Amino acid sequence: MPAIIELRQISKHYGSVIGIEHVELSVEDGEFLTLLGPSGCGKSTLLRMIGGFEEPTTGQIILSGQDVTDLPPQKRNVNMMFQDYALFPHMTVGQNIAYGLKMRGIGKVEARQKAEGALDLVSMPDKIDQMPHQMSGGQRQRVALARAIVREPKVLLLDEPLSALDANLREQMQIELKHIHDKLGITFIMVTHDQTEALVMSDRVIVMESGLIAQDGTPEDLYERPATPYVANFIGTTNLLPGQITARNEVGTRVEIGGQSLLTHYEKVPAQDSVQVGTRPEKARFLSGEDAEEDNTLLGCVVECIYHGNSLRTTVRLNDEQNFHVDAMLPMGMARAASPKPGDEVRIAVDPDNILMFEIGS
Amino acid sequence: MTASTTNPPLPTKRRNRVARTRLAADSGFVVIVSLVMAFLYTPILILVIYSFNDNRTLTWPLSGFTTSWYEKLFSNDQLLTAIGNSFYVASCSTVLTLLVGVPAALALHRFKFPGKTVFRRLLLLPIALPGIVTGISMLNMFKMFGFNLSLETVIIGHATALLAVVVTQVFARLQRLPKSLSEASSDLGAGPLQTFIYVTLPNIRTALIGAGLLSFVLSFDEIPVTFFLTGRDNTLPMYIYSTMRRGVTPEINAVGTLIVLTSLVLIAVSVIFTVRDKTGRE
Amino acid sequence: MAHSRIARHSSKLVLGIPILWIVLFMLVPYGVLLTYSFWLKKYPLFVPAFQFGNYWTLMTDPQYIKVLLRTLKISALVSIASLLLAYPFAYYLVFRLKNPTVRLVLFMAVIAPLWVSYLLRAYVWKTILGTEGILNSFLMSIRLIDEPSGIFLYNQFAMVLTLTYIFIPFMVMPIYTALEKIPRSFSEASADLGMGPIQTFLKVTLPLSLPGVVAGFTMTFCLSFGDFIAPFLVGGPDGQLVANVMASQFGAALNWPLGSALAVVMLFIVLSIISLSDWFEQTGKVEL
Repeated sequence: MPAIIELRQISKHYGSVIGIEHVELSVEDGEFLTLLGPSGCGKSTLLRMIGGFEEPTTGQIILSGQDVTDLPPQKRNVNMMFQDYALFPHMTVGQNIAYGLKMRGIGKVEARQKAEGALDLVSMPDKIDQMPHQMSGGQRQRVALARAIVREPKVLLLDEPLSALDANLREQMQIELKHIHDKLGITFIMVTHDQTEALVMSDRVIVMESGLIAQDGTPEDLYERPATPYVANFIGTTNLLPGQITARNEVGTRVEIGGQSLLTHYEKVPAQDSVQVGTRPEKARFLSGEDAEEDNTLLGCVVECIYHGNSLRTTVRLNDEQNFHVDAMLPMGMARAASPKPGDEVRIAVDPDNILMFEIGS
Repeated sequence: MTASTTNPPLPTKRRNRVARTRLAADSGFVVIVSLVMAFLYTPILILVIYSFNDNRTLTWPLSGFTTSWYEKLFSNDQLLTAIGNSFYVASCSTVLTLLVGVPAALALHRFKFPGKTVFRRLLLLPIALPGIVTGISMLNMFKMFGFNLSLETVIIGHATALLAVVVTQVFARLQRLPKSLSEASSDLGAGPLQTFIYVTLPNIRTALIGAGLLSFVLSFDEIPVTFFLTGRDNTLPMYIYSTMRRGVTPEINAVGTLIVLTSLVLIAVSVIFTVRDKTGRE
Repeated sequence: MAHSRIARHSSKLVLGIPILWIVLFMLVPYGVLLTYSFWLKKYPLFVPAFQFGNYWTLMTDPQYIKVLLRTLKISALVSIASLLLAYPFAYYLVFRLKNPTVRLVLFMAVIAPLWVSYLLRAYVWKTILGTEGILNSFLMSIRLIDEPSGIFLYNQFAMVLTLTYIFIPFMVMPIYTALEKIPRSFSEASADLGMGPIQTFLKVTLPLSLPGVVAGFTMTFCLSFGDFIAPFLVGGPDGQLVANVMASQFGAALNWPLGSALAVVMLFIVLSIISLSDWFEQTGKVEL
């Protein structure tokens, strides 16, 4: 696959403050890539650099083989969908969408036809003569999308595109954006701080942490094999416990956690014996009396149960005073009553395949 | 009040007292508001009323209704010339001050450059700087470089003194404009000039009209700068000023009433534009 | 490419035009003003020189010191009077008045006089306060006084009244803006925490509105300080302010160097007041 965008050694400094440090990134043509991270991690700056709104302090930006580092936005075949949509308030929807075509010298009639086509694509026919302020947030968002794609850019940049929508609409738009991506076949680069959004929509996710790339991988990679505790906790929840490796052999690695011992099959065994052990709450379960033969277990005492509707999160205090969360789905017919109550002594079973290990300080 | 929702209900006596002090405070405020309004508008009302009074002296009680002072005005050639001069001066200085002030506001809004603080300070100085200093310093300069005083020197003086008005109004509007609008424009292929014409200008239009109208009115009425920079030609306020030296007359009230009327129309125009602008947005 | 060349030139013009204007019509005139202030008056004209005689005159001649002090006093009184009227007015509009339309109308009503000729607004007080004026004849017609009184016009009271009338909008505007920026929830929170309305005002609202007060005070003070129309119309023989003395140096007295020195002093005082108020605003800045 050819790379449509390459970022080479991109750094951005604000005075002595470092915003982005030596970022290397290559984006494949047609990919849906997401930059994910908390606010201030540099993801928006990176996106704005690709769009041409900010200049890197050092490094190069290559767009389909051409160095565009010093080109202003209007000279790049890249379009951006802005977080606040940035619809021109004094123009109709049609004029907004046709704006980019007009700048290209395309005639009025053709521009209007194309604008209508773009509106059809975002399921908004018949709105061409409305003013932006007459529309709802979701409708404005679609207009902004239509305006950005009508120029048929090589890459579409989306800056937190769904953050201004309420929860239901957001879920619906996630799927719709993905369909539009499939239909257009162009590259999408999205910035978000919402991990669910990133997992649902992307082919590949770049997790960023204070100006650096923390991990680069498919949604499955990030969730199943997070590279660092930071990623493990940013994407979903992970129980992180300090542990000591007591044995390494062909069966697996044995770790001691606060006086209890667990076996893990995790491939990336740290070199040092002091490690952090990670387990997803939904990959642990409670044992009842008859499961006595299970041997990969932790003992503790329930301190709190939180009801989440479709699941129940139980917090267990282990013998060494550390907290451990266990998520249990509540399928049809399974009553809350069957679950452990605060004060109950419990055994938690974790499959050796579902225990991660991280080096301390990674 | 939030206090009453979180605290136990007050005893009736206490609540009555609170209500009574509230009432007293509110009536106190109403008195002050009425006072300020009366203070601001009684004199203007008096000006208008006495322009229709048929007595030469401005005394109470009113003696009778007449429009003869207005008729006199329209046969006063000096006055008509002065009005013409004022129109010329106000139009030219408004155009000039917009031509300089809009770029200045844009520069303040968009650029970072060394000496920006000094630039801003100098631009905004005339807001608090008495016109007489502008007038005298320009008079000195024109004299030193051998320029003759004329309506054109007045225009330059007015444009300088009014620059701050335009800059503050346009700058304030630019600041309210989301940065993403001009970014979106350049993202869609527009150069800086196109972005200014198609996106920025339409969105600051009402601020430009407002600033332009205000500059026009202020220039039309300007005295301190004009006083030092005018040659043989009189503007309207300078003409009125010289008449005032000779004493108080009903003709001045008649001119004044016409000026008040014109100002009212211009205020109405600028309000209509502001309101339409606001309803157009949200 | 031609297009980008235009773009580059236009961005140069954007900065170039105002800078050129500032240099030509502000910096150069101030420079010339300063130069003139060192010149000598030699009847019937003036000659170039570099000496501080004009400034020395201003500093030692009791006549000028008296006028300067009088001007400072009048400007201070005008600013205080405007503040006392403007603050409760703006406070009522922002915090007590429930109807937004009425609020807007009242606010516009205070600003509107700025659009009405400043000269006329000064003049009208002369017609009201004069011995043959409206106030006197009114008082006589209701038999409160028997003959016209001269106590209303041509004194410092008339000057303060007229200048307050002219400049009060400059006090209302910044205070109103400052008050409007204070979130309602602040005074609600203060009440919720057990403060009475007066304490809330003193501890929350007033400190947060101080920048507006300072800005308003600065403007009214500086503008009254340099006014010469109102003193001319209602001030009387004893009511000359600095600006009148300055103007007369360019007219009847024909002493441009001395007048220029006086203008430099005024420029200096105004700049100091602005810097002081800027400094005050910077140190007391609270992000809302």
